[in-house]
Amino acid sequence: MAEFRMPSLGADMDEGTVIEWLVQPGDTVHKGDPVAVVDTDKAAIEVETFAGGTIGKLLVPVGERVQVGTPLATIDSSTEVGSVPVPRAPAAGSAAVEAPTAPEPSAAPAAELPAPEPSAAPARGAGEAGRVKASPYARKLARALGIDLGTVPATGQRGLITSQDVRRFAETTPPANGRRDTSLSAPAAPKPAAPTVSAPPTTPGVPAPPIRRAARHVVQRSQRGTIARLMARAGREIPHYYLSTTVDLAAAVGWLTRTNRELPVTERLVPAALLLKATALAARRHPELNGYWTDDEFRPADQVHLGVAISLRGGGLVAPALHDADALPVRDLMAALRDLVERARSGRLRRAEMTDATITITNLGDQGVESVHGIVYPPQVALVGAGRVVERPWAVNGLLGVRPCQTLTLAADHRATDGFTGGRFLTTIDHLLQTPEEL
Amino acid sequence: MTLTIQDARELVGDALLRIVPDADLDALPDDAPFRDELELDSLDFLSFVELLSTGSGRRIDEDDYASLRTMRDCVAFLSG
Repeated sequence: MAEFRMPSLGADMDEGTVIEWLVQPGDTVHKGDPVAVVDTDKAAIEVETFAGGTIGKLLVPVGERVQVGTPLATIDSSTEVGSVPVPRAPAAGSAAVEAPTAPEPSAAPAAELPAPEPSAAPARGAGEAGRVKASPYARKLARALGIDLGTVPATGQRGLITSQDVRRFAETTPPANGRRDTSLSAPAAPKPAAPTVSAPPTTPGVPAPPIRRAARHVVQRSQRGTIARLMARAGREIPHYYLSTTVDLAAAVGWLTRTNRELPVTERLVPAALLLKATALAARRHPELNGYWTDDEFRPADQVHLGVAISLRGGGLVAPALHDADALPVRDLMAALRDLVERARSGRLRRAEMTDATITITNLGDQGVESVHGIVYPPQVALVGAGRVVERPWAVNGLLGVRPCQTLTLAADHRATDGFTGGRFLTTIDHLLQTPEEL
Repeated sequence: MTLTIQDARELVGDALLRIVPDADLDALPDDAPFRDELELDSLDFLSFVELLSTGSGRRIDEDDYASLRTMRDCVAFLSG
């Protein structure tokens, strides 16, 4: 019998609230399946289980705030071979970075972990596709949207229907009105009522919109407080140094224009996609800037998980990670970025996305500023900032031309690196952006 | 396909509301640039173009983006 506990979703988290259960007693779960949605004052985050088996009891009701490490549910793992006991979360307030206990999910954007042995969950009444293979979350989503799982095309391994499949299906098929609410997912006071997914009035000829779970009314003060604590700590503990360079983006912009001409609007790229890829590759080449400062030493990370600072509507900021950003083709990175921003603002992020970033980038160019000098997110040691792409007079081979240029900055932890290393890192990004077709 | 002015206006309004659900479109002047007024970033704008393209059934190229800055621009573009 394993226990599923309230995880630590960041160095600054000591309590969390379950705002939704994605499983019910009797559901079969596999390692990596999302089982609950936890509110951390920053965002609603999907939390996955590290143990497979059958859900026993749900120990904590929706809406109750509990300490990190509190058992939330029991999982009978006798049905699953090779399950692992749930690791104890680090002591509250400890700045230790949690070593990922489960192998990282693949970097496929938004893909659920395919279950190793999908076994049909027990059928739960009429209208529920009992024999259809689907992840518990996909089932729940389908239930919430009134979708018959039997009609959803599966893309998961061995015909498993993932939540992505359900979402995709819902986008192209207006939800029926047979929405069934489970008592477990009803939020407790004083949370606002759970948003129901309803089709907004659509113009004739416009397909049903993507599912938007209306954002919870974030408690502004507590969210600001979370950011404030983290940034205050960064300011206290991290001796920053700052570098800045201006990059000629003529090659990148030209390549984007030519590439986008061939692409349908759904697949078009924005300059940020190239910048993210170049930054991730540079982080791979300069491992001194990719990792964590903990216990008075720098620990390089094995992978590049690029945090992307995303401003939330109505204020607030999250910086979830794009996993293995250095290994993704630009097109996939673009899709992953769009998915991440969409979920950060209106849906849900996953635990791993909130805790895994090894280096972060903030792109304030869209807000019209030319450069941004950020603050490093502890325990990371580097933050890249990007400003607006501006046309500037630019000297090229002794001639003056007008070029689209972008100012890139680096804020870095001087305990981990020196300006020399930071400078080479920024120069690498510049070089990589000169050959966009190779990114 | 060309839309009527009314349909174009509705399509643009719907698209904006999907991206910024709490936008007050009545308070948005016809000649105010969306990106500034509604704080759209480049990804938001891409989603916006996508919705216009799907809703109007016409291809919209990057070269057309400059014609989609305001409500007036968009209505003219979609109904033109």
